[in-house]
Amino acid sequence: MQVSRRQFFKISAAGLSASSMAALGFSASPALAEVRQYKLLRAKETRNTCTYCSVGCGLLMYSLGDGAKNAKANIIHIEGDPDHPVSRGSLCPKGAGLLDFVHSESRLKYPEVREAGSKEWKRISWEEAITRVARHMKTDRDANVVAKNAQGVPVNRWLSTAMLTASASSNETGILSQKFIRSLGIVATDAQARVCHGPTVSALASTFGRGAMTNNWVDIKNADFILVMGGNPAEAHPVGFKWAIEAKKKGARLIVVDPRFNRTASVADDFLPIRAGSDIAFLGGIINWLISNGKIQWDYVKAYTNAAFIVSEGYSFDEGLFAGYDEAKGQYDRGSWSYELDEAGEAKVDPTLEHPRCVWNLLKQHYSRYTPEMVVTLTGSPKDGFLKVCEHLGATAVPDKVATILYALGWTQHTTGSQNIRTMAMIQLLLGNIGMPGGGVNALRGHSNIQGLSDLGLLSTSLPGYLTLPSESAHPTFADYIAKNTPKAQRPGQMNYWGNTPKFFVSLLKWFWGDKATRENDWGYDWLPKWDRMYDVLAIMDLMHRGKLNGFIVQGFNPLASLPDYNKNVAAYAKLKYLVIIDPIATETSTFWQNHGEFNDVDSASIQTEVFRLPCTCFAEEDGSIVNSARWLQWHWKGGEPPGEARSDQAVLGELFFALRKLYQEEGGTLPEPILNLSWPYANPREPTPEELAKEMNGRALTDVVDPKDPTKVLARKGEQLPGFALLRDDGSTLCAAWIFSGCWTQAGNQMGRRDNTDVGLGATPGWAWSWPANRRILYNRASCDPAGKPWDPNRKLIAWTGEKWAGGDIPDFQVDAGPQTGMNPFIMNPEGVGRLFSTDKLVDGPFPEHYEPMESPLGTNPLHPKVVSSPAVRIFAADKERLGTREKFPYVGTTYRLTEHFQFWTKSVRLSAIAQPQQFVEISEQLAAEKGIVNGEWVKVSSRRGFIKAKAMVTKRVKVLTVNNQTVHQIGIPLHWGWVGVAQKGHLANSLAPAVGDCNTQTPEYKAFLVNIEKA
Amino acid sequence: MPLQSLDILRRSASPTASPQVRGPEEVAKLIDVTTCIGCKACQVACSEWNDLREEVGTNHGIYDNPIDLSAQAWTVMRFTEVEEHGKLEWLIRKDGCMHCSDPGCLKACPSPGAIIQYKNGIVDFHQENCIGCGYCISGCPFNIPRISTQDNKAYKCSLCSDRVGVGQEPACVKTCPTGAIQFGSKEAMKEYAAERIVDLKSRGFENAGLYDPEGVGGTHVMYVLHHADKPELYAKLPNNPAISVAVSLWKGILKPLAGIGMAAAVLAGFFHYVTVGPSRADDDDDHDDAPKKGRSARQEEAAK
Repeated sequence: MQVSRRQFFKISAAGLSASSMAALGFSASPALAEVRQYKLLRAKETRNTCTYCSVGCGLLMYSLGDGAKNAKANIIHIEGDPDHPVSRGSLCPKGAGLLDFVHSESRLKYPEVREAGSKEWKRISWEEAITRVARHMKTDRDANVVAKNAQGVPVNRWLSTAMLTASASSNETGILSQKFIRSLGIVATDAQARVCHGPTVSALASTFGRGAMTNNWVDIKNADFILVMGGNPAEAHPVGFKWAIEAKKKGARLIVVDPRFNRTASVADDFLPIRAGSDIAFLGGIINWLISNGKIQWDYVKAYTNAAFIVSEGYSFDEGLFAGYDEAKGQYDRGSWSYELDEAGEAKVDPTLEHPRCVWNLLKQHYSRYTPEMVVTLTGSPKDGFLKVCEHLGATAVPDKVATILYALGWTQHTTGSQNIRTMAMIQLLLGNIGMPGGGVNALRGHSNIQGLSDLGLLSTSLPGYLTLPSESAHPTFADYIAKNTPKAQRPGQMNYWGNTPKFFVSLLKWFWGDKATRENDWGYDWLPKWDRMYDVLAIMDLMHRGKLNGFIVQGFNPLASLPDYNKNVAAYAKLKYLVIIDPIATETSTFWQNHGEFNDVDSASIQTEVFRLPCTCFAEEDGSIVNSARWLQWHWKGGEPPGEARSDQAVLGELFFALRKLYQEEGGTLPEPILNLSWPYANPREPTPEELAKEMNGRALTDVVDPKDPTKVLARKGEQLPGFALLRDDGSTLCAAWIFSGCWTQAGNQMGRRDNTDVGLGATPGWAWSWPANRRILYNRASCDPAGKPWDPNRKLIAWTGEKWAGGDIPDFQVDAGPQTGMNPFIMNPEGVGRLFSTDKLVDGPFPEHYEPMESPLGTNPLHPKVVSSPAVRIFAADKERLGTREKFPYVGTTYRLTEHFQFWTKSVRLSAIAQPQQFVEISEQLAAEKGIVNGEWVKVSSRRGFIKAKAMVTKRVKVLTVNNQTVHQIGIPLHWGWVGVAQKGHLANSLAPAVGDCNTQTPEYKAFLVNIEKA
Repeated sequence: MPLQSLDILRRSASPTASPQVRGPEEVAKLIDVTTCIGCKACQVACSEWNDLREEVGTNHGIYDNPIDLSAQAWTVMRFTEVEEHGKLEWLIRKDGCMHCSDPGCLKACPSPGAIIQYKNGIVDFHQENCIGCGYCISGCPFNIPRISTQDNKAYKCSLCSDRVGVGQEPACVKTCPTGAIQFGSKEAMKEYAAERIVDLKSRGFENAGLYDPEGVGGTHVMYVLHHADKPELYAKLPNNPAISVAVSLWKGILKPLAGIGMAAAVLAGFFHYVTVGPSRADDDDDHDDAPKKGRSARQEEAAK
């Protein structure tokens, strides 16, 4: 019975006493209690994948309403998916705060324009936005597209507009972008992969044949020893790091080598400080130690590496230079970095390893200079710690012990980025740790789909599936392209999988040009643009700086914040005629013309650039697939409606292409053929669907595909989705947009959406999602067995030779019926079949890694060879060279990095992330602070030759003073997440400090080692 | 008829006996400081689940942020740099309610039903009944509860009683990337801790151990520490936490004495009502009326 107080007082005078007693702590009531009601009971649940890093954690998104048509699906909560084999319900601080990204105050809701000279945004309609952008593009393209080069080779190159694509967008957006970009003739294009793991691809591909993380997240738990160097997985990949902790719980040892004691070090068995930019010295020292101490897995090295291969006579290394250096060009002629060939054109080998020019002896000689003393001199790391790392690694030079390496941008973002990684790849070959569960070289990639965007070739000179975009000099014709890109086996009996290039390439051209691609017109080869040189982001910024760029289209990228030398760049943006931003959130790039005081001190009125800002959906509001670091293609589903008028990337590209093509159809224009002939077979041409695009990536039969051995046997009927890339043909009978993804959407349906998380052993879950290539989970897994086909370690059995075929828990990364007697070797993408200790001519800066100083060196010399201080193969533009600083004016080493609470420059727009880490700071040692009179928590100014930032000082024991080459080296840690947009405290773009110079092979910028000064602000 | 999804053991300032028949298992959260990477996923997941948003703060020369617990921040990471045996260690402790078996907050609380202890070990605050007096803060040996400046009520970690009530783990536990936060029966957590301690000892941490302090009857949030002999290293985790003397006195001696004073007050109040009438007769507060009817102070005292 419910009784009101008034009634109650009237009933009983005792009531007063009760309430008085209660107020004083003597309850007159039973004080019932109930927990907060569970808020998700009937909310709609949708599966998705986290949009931040490439661990690819599973999400459960809950939206308001139960799916009824009348309820607007608004996402109210996001938590981890417990079924996901990697994340198992976990999310890092960024993932746990995704709700505030979806509903960020910085989300864009309507198309807007900033007119030339204006100080503000103006809301416009989608129709106006698309019409105006298409007109800008056509005007610029008509005026500037180059049809033929001086030699008369068709090049179809449009250089005056550049486009960046987004490594957090889906594969389906990525592949559509590829089609859009190339049909227009754009070669000045890049994705975040360029500023991230570009060197991983070049280093691992030049060693093992493929440029991807060799193993996978869960497999890390199978390691006996884990080296973390050039990375900080506890902060950058916290959920993937779970599996390092699991290994540790089973007894594995973990050592961190890093310029500062970071959060990974906080749970490591040991930590070693190292000078930023000296990794090759450290790793080269390990190679020398392994050789000197006999810690080599000989059976593996002899069978599966090129140790026995004989190198050409012309090869040499002397005083810091390899053979073939052309000082005027600043480049090597790599002709002599090759194998000596026999009459049949195959590489000569000496299985006894006695030949003085066999790779083994050259290797031994090259690294003999890297003594432990030299390591200490160059790195500043303690000798005992260095030897401890050597011993732990050396202990795995036996068949039943395995070590792994976890690294990321700490290795890639150097002028020697590719070679840093290659050195470790060589160590793992010497130890027999490649192909093994718990082993490998584990590149922990950055953005959620940075692997996918690399796979889809969204880089200046690439095409999907690691095919190259034609070069005007090397591949003027289709025949040249095929001849140059189809290698011949260099040893007898090798699989040499790139021998299939014509099948991949013709199927790709059929995707581009459809029925218009015929044998007669070389499958439309001439409509593809051809490059004259690489237009990576540094080259694009140089073009912009020199006023050579009129248009810039930026899809889900914040290049003003991401690229080095902000001060030079912000001035360059003002030279653009038009800038188009396609993004879910506001960025610094889109507001480069706004004055934000000392953070961005520009004169808006004098900036004549027209800026269009087109709002797009985020991960939570779309279907599609993204590829995690372990090459898993995971499908995700839409859980809510986008804000305002935001549209999907596919719709934005679809509308733009549709409008452009209409203009060319109606008005004509320069070189319309590639645009008019482009295959655009989508049901709604203004908005291709993720499903349509995913199916194209898988590929389908255009006519019946028959068994070449038995033409009566039909393997795939006309119109059917292909089961995998083995069915691709070079006769125009198959279409495939990304050959390595073939198998992702077969006749059996969408393989990327599979959710069987059964562990078939060693943590492998082949029924979860789909992994390229062919659902193989550990690359080169044939090397987990000895030459006779027996697992090296019976407790780490992946596959084995049954007598008839290769079989086991993983899909063999090998020809399934090629038995041990065939002599076929495990590295099937390499024409020689083995892993490369000597990388021949695959990298531009040497077949063996060598220590070179960063472009801005605190030493000013190179103790290994004082005449050659920094890498001789560095490319640096004149304007950037002038902006390099010296150690006299900038005596300290600056190094930039991420924090676990933030993801690049997005999460400052995410309230939950901003709360967890609100303000810009730099980390310095107690000694440097004392020298400079800096007190913890006060403001400091850090400057380089190129600019400055102001930040809070964090004075910490975790940054150590090092002695390097008999001199004191102080290092300053610079987290990079701040800017002027968002809900965190405003800050300076950290890339005001970094120099615009990149890795010799890939031009990934040198963010990790440059010179700065520091003072009290 | 059970109104609650979790069975109640004790209620603040409510001497009524709770139902005794059902005996749900005690749960516990184990925080393995030695595998914690200080990523703050637990902090964020806590705020996200509980719909809390602290103000965006500033940097104070440390990684800690928010800088302290608040009504909008129920758990925070506390970072400490120490040099033990010549080796640098970065000790990172997730701070928040310990869910004591003998909760000082509940004992100190004068407001009926503002603090509830469930039989599974969770100590939960019911802000509807909170009068904002702050006694829970003085009663807590871990300095956890915080009074909100918005509504003057006390807040702290609920161990996600709403999630646990439907059979899920707390939000912080689920999200923890490295598995440094575990959840299960108190027994299972102690067993898991024992395994971790063996591993730590094998890595040279001779004093590794479990933090489950007896002074508060044990806790339902426990820590695995590398240096269990020196809990104060971890951002001043109390070595021997106990309920303050003032709170014990209140419960043990002063409260019965106060009861006698109350009887006089009741009598005075009664005569005042009869002779003068109610002073605030329209002080409506319908939602908590029903439970209050028909109980006299004497009955309450008798029930005690």
